[in-house]
Amino acid sequence: MSTNSTLDEIIGASEHKSLLARLSSRQTFWVFLAAVLACLALTLLTDTFATERNLFNVSRNFAFVGIIAIGMTAVIASGGIDLSVGSTVVLSAMTIAVIMSGGMPIWIGIPVALLAAVAVGLVNGILIAYAGMPAFVVTLGMLSLARSLAMVLSNNKMIYEFGPDHSLLLGLGGGSTLGMPNPLIVLAVLAVLTGFAFRWTRWGQHLFAMGGNEQAAKLTGIAVKPLKVSVYVFSAFTAGITGILEVGWLGGVTTNLGQAMELSVIAAAVIGGANLAGGVGTAFGAVVGALLIEVIRNSLILLGISTFWQGAFVGSFIVIAVAFDRLRSARSSE
Amino acid sequence: MSALRLDGVSKHFGAIQALNDVSLAIEPGEVVGLMGDNGAGKSTLVKVIAGNFAPTSGALYVGDRKAEFHKPRDAQRAGIEVVYQDLALCNNLSAASNVFLGRELLRKIGPLRLIDYSGMHAKSAQLFARLKSETRPRDLVHRMSGGQRQAVAIARTLLTDARIVLMDEPTAAISVRQVTEVLNLIRNLRDHGIAVVLISHRMPDVFEVADKIAVLRRGRLVASKRAAESSPEEVTGLITGAIEAA
Repeated sequence: MSTNSTLDEIIGASEHKSLLARLSSRQTFWVFLAAVLACLALTLLTDTFATERNLFNVSRNFAFVGIIAIGMTAVIASGGIDLSVGSTVVLSAMTIAVIMSGGMPIWIGIPVALLAAVAVGLVNGILIAYAGMPAFVVTLGMLSLARSLAMVLSNNKMIYEFGPDHSLLLGLGGGSTLGMPNPLIVLAVLAVLTGFAFRWTRWGQHLFAMGGNEQAAKLTGIAVKPLKVSVYVFSAFTAGITGILEVGWLGGVTTNLGQAMELSVIAAAVIGGANLAGGVGTAFGAVVGALLIEVIRNSLILLGISTFWQGAFVGSFIVIAVAFDRLRSARSSE
Repeated sequence: MSALRLDGVSKHFGAIQALNDVSLAIEPGEVVGLMGDNGAGKSTLVKVIAGNFAPTSGALYVGDRKAEFHKPRDAQRAGIEVVYQDLALCNNLSAASNVFLGRELLRKIGPLRLIDYSGMHAKSAQLFARLKSETRPRDLVHRMSGGQRQAVAIARTLLTDARIVLMDEPTAAISVRQVTEVLNLIRNLRDHGIAVVLISHRMPDVFEVADKIAVLRRGRLVASKRAAESSPEEVTGLITGAIEAA
């Protein structure tokens, strides 16, 4: 009996390791480390990186991708994909721009823009969950549809006058509170709330269960269809928030806003540890993935390397991050 | 009083007679080995008991009450649980989360209802101890052996007060050592007064744990007798039709 218990203890100790050992087994940790090291290196190599102005720009830029990457992580962890987020950004941005330039106040503009985004998510979710269509196809169609709607809405013109609440809108996306850019604050709040929901609510637990084994989730009585809809609504909602903030930051909207953004967002989620096979992903990872992409982008500019190299670096990081994860899981399953 | 009694259960799919006048009684704490060739009606019978299909004619009694199941939830409420062949587990979640999947324990904190992990870990540790399994609640199912995975799937059925557990080919795809583990799990259920219906192709496994053997051939129950009074040879004959009935 005593040998039994000691064996148990040994196995237990080897599986529930110390905090450091557990951290080091996570992809997020290594990506975070890479981002921190890159920041340190840039601080030493350039005298422009650690300036307040540059850091302000970096943090705001990555916040936009990061906010949607959190929504995307939920979708990917549930076993799906959402290609329509970039178009949802422009639809939300254009909606608030058109409403406010028509003289309406911001407190009408924001809810209506978010409603437009949520409607996109609802259509995606219902077609995927209830009509059983593949997420890739539905959201690919929506990518085209939502951008086209934004063009119709604005007649493909740039909008840069936002009526009586013009300065409020610009302050929301471009300003800062207590020295922090507003989009970064939104990102931080959203990351904490989502991380909490993933771990501690039924919604989170069922979302990961569905991503791990949809059939099992169904058999145990989880209402898979409404859950799926909620996930796509959530990702569209994050895209809607980003749309509103980006209008404020840029001070104007054109219909090419958010073009190809879905790719950076998916890249951020995947670099942050979300598994496209479903069932794996964290809100913090999404933020870290977005951060790393932006730091790479920024460093290339500061180091005077042609921006043409940007795609090569980001692309390599996607592959390296996933290869690293494969290697690790192959070793642990031996 | 039987845990479950089937009275003249038939099930037709159009012209196909999947089950034909099957009558069978299963006592509490009894292990029934349900055998038959592919297409003999085993899975149809399981699905009728589990509430997936309503029988075309005939009746089911749970305890001494007539049961009418329109969906699997109805059967679950009556104390009938199914362990599916693929076990319906999520590899990416812990053992405890799998046991409680869809029935998570919640803790109220202010307006929030949060998952009570410590409660779930404690309760599943109890269930695993009851099953005499070495499965640990916090381990990911992904890293478990076939036997441990079975324990998780069976622990799930113990959460509710299951009176009848249907197991579909639990020993089909696991190693010899794990088979012993699973058969022990079945004995354990039996010792707790739970009736077990074991659907299996593996003759030695069935004879090792079953109290009663029921054989289906072409939708008809051709034998239902004590395992001690039968033999693998006889059962083989019954399955193939070399022996008409016993």
